[in-house]
Amino acid sequence: MNKGIDVWDVVVVGGGPAALTAAIYAARYNLKVLVLAGVFGGLMAEAHKICNFPSEKSILGSELMTRMKEHAEESGASLRLAMVNRVIKEKGSFRVVTNSEEVLGKTVILALGTSHRKLSLPSEKKYLGKGVSYCFTCDGRFYKGKRVGIIGGSDAAITAAIYFSDICPKVYLIYRGDKLRAEHAWLENLAKKSNVEVLYQTNVVDLLGEKKLEAVMIDKPHQESNKILLDGLFVQIGEVPDRAITEKLGLSLTKEGFVKIDISGRTNIEGVWAAGDITTGSSGFRQVITACAEGAIASQDIFKYLKEKK
Amino acid sequence: MSVVDFNDSNFKNEVLDFNGVALVDFWAPWCGPCQIMGPIIDEIAANYGEKIKVGKVNVDENKELAGKYEIMSIPSLIIFNYGQIAEKIVGVQPKEILKEKIDGCLIKK
Repeated sequence: MNKGIDVWDVVVVGGGPAALTAAIYAARYNLKVLVLAGVFGGLMAEAHKICNFPSEKSILGSELMTRMKEHAEESGASLRLAMVNRVIKEKGSFRVVTNSEEVLGKTVILALGTSHRKLSLPSEKKYLGKGVSYCFTCDGRFYKGKRVGIIGGSDAAITAAIYFSDICPKVYLIYRGDKLRAEHAWLENLAKKSNVEVLYQTNVVDLLGEKKLEAVMIDKPHQESNKILLDGLFVQIGEVPDRAITEKLGLSLTKEGFVKIDISGRTNIEGVWAAGDITTGSSGFRQVITACAEGAIASQDIFKYLKEKK
Repeated sequence: MSVVDFNDSNFKNEVLDFNGVALVDFWAPWCGPCQIMGPIIDEIAANYGEKIKVGKVNVDENKELAGKYEIMSIPSLIIFNYGQIAEKIVGVQPKEILKEKIDGCLIKK
C-alpha cells in the first residue's frame, strides 16, 4: 500500500445520489475524483419505491443506488467505503481525514445528506430495534398484527399509517400539530382507513417497557389515560443534516444546519462545494433528482474553476 | 473467507459451536438498508480472511432464528464470540464501527 498522501482533483464526501452523480460528471470531465462514504446509498436506499425518477416508473431505492454506484465506477471515479471525520483547509488544498487514511483534494464536494430526526427522549436508544424504528419499509413487516403508533404528520408519517392500517388491527397516528401536512392523495387514502386514529396536538413524552417497548406516555389524555399500549413506534418526523464536518470546517450554515450554497453549489469557503439534501439549494425540495442535479452542477463548476486556476 | 448463508438448520454448527468470532447479518431482500450493508459485509469478510466467520441470515426464510434473536429491525448485526453474543447492533453500520467491535472480540478471545 502506498503510504504517501493521494492528491485528487475532487474529493466527494458522501454516498447518496448527489455524491454519485457528482462523481460521474467529474470523471467525464476527466478529473481525478475520489468518493468517500461511510455507507453508499444515502436515504434513497431506504425508499421502498421511487416512482418519480424519469425513465424509472417504479424502482427500489436500493436498486437505483446500485446502478448509480456502478455507473460512477464505470465512468472512472474511485469509490471507497470510509468514514470521514474531518475536512481541514490547508494551503491550496483540503485534507480529508477518515478513520483509516488521509487524502488531499484540490477541491471538495460535501454531499453528506441528512439523517432521521430523533425524538430526543432519554430512553429512545434503549428501544432501538426493540420497538422503536425510523424506517417502516424496513421494519414494518415485524409488526404485523401488533399495536403500532406513528409519530408525525407529513407524507412519510401518513404513508406509514396507511401501510400499517392494512396489516395491524389498530394504528395510532400521533401528531403535535392540528392539521396533517401530507399530499392530498395520501390524506384521501388515510380518511378511508377506519382503524387509524389520529391524535392531534399530542406529543410522546416517554417510552415504557421492560425488555422491549410496551407503551408510550403522551402529554394529553386519550380515553382518560396518558398511556397508550404499543408494540411498535415509528418515528417519521423529518430529516436533519449532520453538522459535525461542516461546522468544524467553518461553513456558513442555516440555523437548522443546512449548508448555504450559491447557484453553482459553492459554499462560503473557496474550494468547497456542497450538493444534495444537506444544502439550501433546489428551493429546499429534497428529492433524488434534485440531489443528482446539484451534484452535476457542482462538478461542472469545479471543472471550470480548476481550469481557470491552471 | 466468503460470506456464508446461515439458516435455521446450520446455525448451531456454523455459529454457536464455532470456536472464534462470527459476524451475522440479519437481512431481507426487500430491505433497502440491508442492500447498503451487503458490500460492507463482503469487504469485512475479505479483509479478515480466515480470522473470523462472516455470514447472513435471511429473516424471511429463517423465522426461527429471527424469533430467537428477537429481530425487530433490519439490518441487525450480531457478533458471536465462541458461540456467545458479544454485540448486537441495529441499523446500517459503517465498516470501521464493525471492525472496532470485531477487533475488540479478537483481542479478548
